Amino acid sequence: MISEELAFRDSPVHRIDPRVRLVFALLLCFATALSGSFAAPLLALGSAMGLIVLSCLPLSAVARRLVPVNIFMLFLWLVLPFTHVGEPAFTVMSLAASKPGIEIAALVTLKANAIVLFMVALVSTMSVAALGHAAHRLYFPQKLVHLLLLTYRYVFVLESEYRQLVRAAKMRSFVPASNLHTYKTYSYLAGMLLVRAHARARRVHQAMVCRGFSGVYHCLDSFAFRKADLAWIALLSLFLLAMAGVSFNYGGLGDFFRGQALPFAG
Amino acid sequence: MQPIIELKNVCFAYPGGRKVLENLNFEITSGKKVGLIGSNGSGKTTLLHVIMGLLPATGGQVRLFGEEMLKEKDFARARRRIGFVFQNADDQLFSPTVIEDVAFGPLNLGKTKEQAREIARNTLESLGLAALENRVAYRLSGGEKRMVALATVLAMDPDMLILDEPTTGLDEVTGHRITHLINSIDKTCLIVSHEYEFLSQTTEVFYGMEGGLLKYLGDSQALHTHTHIHTAGAMPHKH
Repeated sequence: MISEELAFRDSPVHRIDPRVRLVFALLLCFATALSGSFAAPLLALGSAMGLIVLSCLPLSAVARRLVPVNIFMLFLWLVLPFTHVGEPAFTVMSLAASKPGIEIAALVTLKANAIVLFMVALVSTMSVAALGHAAHRLYFPQKLVHLLLLTYRYVFVLESEYRQLVRAAKMRSFVPASNLHTYKTYSYLAGMLLVRAHARARRVHQAMVCRGFSGVYHCLDSFAFRKADLAWIALLSLFLLAMAGVSFNYGGLGDFFRGQALPFAG
Repeated sequence: MQPIIELKNVCFAYPGGRKVLENLNFEITSGKKVGLIGSNGSGKTTLLHVIMGLLPATGGQVRLFGEEMLKEKDFARARRRIGFVFQNADDQLFSPTVIEDVAFGPLNLGKTKEQAREIARNTLESLGLAALENRVAYRLSGGEKRMVALATVLAMDPDMLILDEPTTGLDEVTGHRITHLINSIDKTCLIVSHEYEFLSQTTEVFYGMEGGLLKYLGDSQALHTHTHIHTAGAMPHKH
């Protein structure tokens, strides 16, 4: 269900303190998303690719993560150029594709890929547990952190319960088809899963109470800030500043601060 | 000697349902290892949950460590001294990693992170589980989960242990390991099981439970000293 195949490896990026990675992943994503010109997202894509190389991830795994976002982008390419008003670039069967429309589609594609690469390089290189602990240490709302950690722990249990139910149905010759019997069976299955999840939640809570849980969850983490992390903070800040600088001079953030509307802040 | 657990005329019924416990009297004194045997649905787990205050008794008196348990606060205090191991280890182990789960109890008892980590490490090491420290809880095998669940409770250094079906669903080797482990723990124990052999090896006296009532069945050793071929099966076994 969650394989974390990229998390348990070793590389300079994997060794960065998870807190640093999480903070900069968020900042870099925001900076990329908010830039209005091509310069900043190009810079972002370049630095994201650099991080991917440094994180020594298998490129096939990275490519697999880019597929869904680019399928989505395909739909944008099919719609945006033909619906945006502006100087026509070419026509397909009497439909005119506008230049600004193409530009925006290209910009969004660039940004989306850069953001996914940043997240893959900086966030998917840590385990979900480390992500939860980093969020906890960065003062994210406690309830969200616990929700993340408990979901992570129990999603596998739920999955195995789901498989168990499906197996039980199969063993009695259940073959899914497009009929009422199938819909009914699946709704029973979903209902059963909910009931079981609820019962389990109660038992887990009881087990926690038996070990002295009183509502305050103490995180046991062992993050240690190293000298190398300082260097990483400097480097990542440099990326961020460069992007902000480029953005400021070539539209985007600059327009934003000058009081003009962003052309497209997708 | 002061009993650790003392139940007087305890009753329990599920809302609108049948009575599970009826006027139950029971006590465990310090240092004893007591077994509790009964068939499915006889109310064993319900009894344990009433003792721990997870289910409120509908009648009678529950006294733990000499104090009457009236409110959740009373139970909360007593729970710190009674380690309860649940039937299903997946319910007990909720943290992403083993070390965190074992440290959870000590942290709740007010220990600092360093102390909790130290205690968790020592507990795992004493059970021969040091290698599991940084493993992810859901990737453990069934037997490993059971051992770690025991560790999470032992890390709180309780005065007494309550184990709900500690060997159910385990293979013979892992079962023996648990038996050996329980015998090496020098604490008062209440062990619930439906396996005679396991109880005879780990407890001193035992009770049977049927239809919401407890019956004293006697000395575990006296009842289980002979092995023989049963007429109903070719496997030698103990009764």
